[in-house]
Amino acid sequence: MRSRAMSTVQTERAISVTVNGVPREATVPVRWLLSDALRNEFGLTGTHVGCEHGVCGSCTVLVDGEPTRSCLVLAVQVDGRQVTTVEGLSRPDHQGGQVLHPIQEAFRECHALQCGFCTPGFLTTIAAGLDARDASVEITEEEVDELVGGNLCRCTGYANIKKACRYAAAAMRESAIVATKAQDGGAR
Amino acid sequence: MTTKLFGEPVRRREDARLITGQGRYLDDIGSSAYAAAFVRSPYAHARIVDIDVTAAVDVEGLLAVYTYEDLVGPMAEPLPVLIPHPQLTAPRTGYPLAKDVVKHVGEAVVMVVATDRYVAEDAVDRIAVTYEELPVVVGVDAAREAGSCVHDDVPDNVAARHHQETGDVEPALAASPHTLSFTQYFERSAAMPMEGKGVHARWDADDSSLRVYTSTQASTSVRAAIAAKLQLSLERVEVIAPDVGGGFGVKIVHPWPEELLVPMAARLLGHEVKWSEDRREHFTSSAHERQQRQEVTVGYDDDGRITALDVHIWHDNGAYTPYGIIVPIVTATQLVGPYVIPVYRVQVESVFTNTVIVTPYRGAGRPQGCFAMERAMDRIAQERGLDRAEVRMRNLIQADQFPYDHHLTFQDGRPVIYDSGDYVGLMGKLKALVHWDSVEERRAEARARGRHLGIGMAMYVEGTGPGPYEGGHVQVLGSGKVLVSTGLTSQGQGHETVFAQLVASELGVPMEDVEVTTGDTRRFGYAVGTFASRAAVMSGNAVALAARGVKEKALRIAAEVLEVDPGDLEIDEGLVQVKGTPGASIPLRTVAVLSNPLRYAFDEAAKQATQFAGPGDDSKPPVAVGDAPGLEHTDYYSPVRSTFASGAHAAVVEIDPLTWEIEVVDYAVVHDCGNVVNPMIVEGQVHGGVAQGVGGALYERMAYDRDGQLQNASFMDFLMPYASEVPDVVIDHQETPSPLNPLGLKGAGEAGVIPGSAAIASAIEDAVGRRIAAMPISPTELYDLVRSDADQVTNVGPKTTGVLA
Repeated sequence: MRSRAMSTVQTERAISVTVNGVPREATVPVRWLLSDALRNEFGLTGTHVGCEHGVCGSCTVLVDGEPTRSCLVLAVQVDGRQVTTVEGLSRPDHQGGQVLHPIQEAFRECHALQCGFCTPGFLTTIAAGLDARDASVEITEEEVDELVGGNLCRCTGYANIKKACRYAAAAMRESAIVATKAQDGGAR
Repeated sequence: MTTKLFGEPVRRREDARLITGQGRYLDDIGSSAYAAAFVRSPYAHARIVDIDVTAAVDVEGLLAVYTYEDLVGPMAEPLPVLIPHPQLTAPRTGYPLAKDVVKHVGEAVVMVVATDRYVAEDAVDRIAVTYEELPVVVGVDAAREAGSCVHDDVPDNVAARHHQETGDVEPALAASPHTLSFTQYFERSAAMPMEGKGVHARWDADDSSLRVYTSTQASTSVRAAIAAKLQLSLERVEVIAPDVGGGFGVKIVHPWPEELLVPMAARLLGHEVKWSEDRREHFTSSAHERQQRQEVTVGYDDDGRITALDVHIWHDNGAYTPYGIIVPIVTATQLVGPYVIPVYRVQVESVFTNTVIVTPYRGAGRPQGCFAMERAMDRIAQERGLDRAEVRMRNLIQADQFPYDHHLTFQDGRPVIYDSGDYVGLMGKLKALVHWDSVEERRAEARARGRHLGIGMAMYVEGTGPGPYEGGHVQVLGSGKVLVSTGLTSQGQGHETVFAQLVASELGVPMEDVEVTTGDTRRFGYAVGTFASRAAVMSGNAVALAARGVKEKALRIAAEVLEVDPGDLEIDEGLVQVKGTPGASIPLRTVAVLSNPLRYAFDEAAKQATQFAGPGDDSKPPVAVGDAPGLEHTDYYSPVRSTFASGAHAAVVEIDPLTWEIEVVDYAVVHDCGNVVNPMIVEGQVHGGVAQGVGGALYERMAYDRDGQLQNASFMDFLMPYASEVPDVVIDHQETPSPLNPLGLKGAGEAGVIPGSAAIASAIEDAVGRRIAAMPISPTELYDLVRSDADQVTNVGPKTTGVLA
């Protein structure tokens, strides 16, 4: 029989992390994954855990803007960092509602989800990719393949996820062109 | 006129919550629940000698440990055989927690409950189970050889012998101008939804009732199982399927041990308890499917027309048979596909192995049947020097032969009578879609690039929408909101959208007013479940019938108020109006208020209704005999037999002669599921099915070693297709309505996966000129195949393990 001294006492540590733009403080067991902290401590259950070994990508969140598998990162590792989850992809509009990210709109429009379990991981990954590129340039198939290539989906066969990438990129391009024109107009 | 909804690609109403992280999957429920974790067998076959929990007792946060010894009453009995069959002569099931022996790696032995999952797993790690290893049976051939047995009292490892024949096959074969025989294998894969299984249970001590959330495809049946096993009266148990992250068959099995154990613990501990399956648990303790050995003999004439077909199948059913022999029966009866088979005999031996149980995975035995039939077609074509499409054309059931009776008995015990179809039409569309006749130009072009190109095809007929029934309830509230519920569950098929489309169409209300609930026993108590491509057929027709009932009642009430004949009324955009008389109308929501003679003016709707309320006839009761208060109706749809959807797929592959990597460069689908309610959703189902078909053909296999250890129990090693592995799919539709149901629907859920392995094997064979007799096939296996000198090479090896020999 093992002694009492060997029994597990969870070591905890305080962390400060900005989650979806809101500074949060929490004391979490040091062995908790970031996905555990997001789901259990911060109540953000949109981040789904599909494999717990970093392969499926369902749990992808953005850490300082970079897609990161929250099942491969300890919660304590994001102390002092910015984390964006699927719940934080939309932004508030001026009437107290939410404006969806173009890729969220595109997923709905293009039927890019069925059961929806893998969807948050795709959305965060693709949103980060689309936000990082020059929106005024037409997206290439290679870029689309790159955006969707690292995540598993068992329902859709990916065709409509790729379609949604093109749809969102086109919408963002249109906005970028309109914005450029408006800027040019303003400059005159 | 209400916007047309039936047949339109209406965007899904589920999506708003799912794209914003507001879905509610099993593990999102019960943040303060205790967590369950399991000690699972590390051996494929062993006797449990001792379970020592003393080291776990000290784990801070441990709340309870349960072994078989803690199970009482029905919980201590074997799990049910859901679907008994007279030919399943040796049904065997395990216990919720193993009793004395374990029969596969991953079988649950001990359940631990603790304050959180980490702590529960700490305790699991400290529980020491001593096992005495027993001989292991892995693979269909080892089971057949029966050098050792899985169950002591089943020495030949045969759980069931299933046999059907439509005539005397041996004389028919003897009389055939030509015959050919071959043996082939089909490997194990699994449904592998992105969300594993999970159960959350809450016991209400004051009410002596249990609420269970489970990631299931059959909530009503889980409810009945829990009530029986925990000895609760049915009305004390409610079961809800929340958002479910994919099913594909594995979640139709019930009750899973955890679906009984978690509620048991919640009741004993007086606290919420939750278990969320992790991925490794899913690989080793949920279900797999597909491994078969098939021996096929086919007789045919000079023109390639089949004269007789004799098939012997050895089907690996894993360690237990909780789901009966549904899968091999489906293989046996769906194998014949769209063809006229004058004499057919099929014999199935369903055998035990020390591996995870085998239960339906999308397609449920059909991909294997299709593989047998379609590969036979290809071989006949080759033997007769005929085009593969032409041989198929000569054997197809013709459009004027429906209803077509195959004289077989389907999985539901009903005759295999095809309701309708146009298989010649499918073939014509497929050839056009994939440019079948100009493949030689493509082959030459690919050869110029240094690649081997091949094309293959496969056709299928899929029995869909089996009974016995589904029900629907439709209720119009005084607010105008229309509540729809049906008992079967959803795992991403878009039922909320499709059923809302149907009810809005039938009732004449805006779709936004319709709210759909599925899989919640609080709302609908009778259901069968979501499997066998049956949801649209069964619940679709049921909710449509319920909506028709509501409409009839609404028109009757409105007719009295408006003093017209009900036949002169119509409902459009939620307004009951006299046809052709604008202004003579009453809102449906007001009719809903009027339908209940008790209406306190709590809201505006009730106040408004008073203007229509007549004085009533003093001589009659306020609610007429046979009538009921409220504007609602429940109805059921129960079909005489299954509908039969059909399709044809073609694959074009390119093979790199250096690496022997196989790339599917084109994939064409012609699909007929009768009338289509929402083409966007149907195409989505086809896309997803094709991806699983490609996975099953080229990548996915359960690699058991001879000790029964699953060597690839992770997403790192079990190769599910990413986007890079899935070809672009072109789809053409054909709609041959089913005459069997009011909406003319057939199912669409499984179709996409069925012909994948057959079509891709055909294409690879066409590309390299060697026989492909086992699927999936890897580049290494293909390399080994083509460098062999023999002219009749197959990659068949004895299946004593799950890995190709």
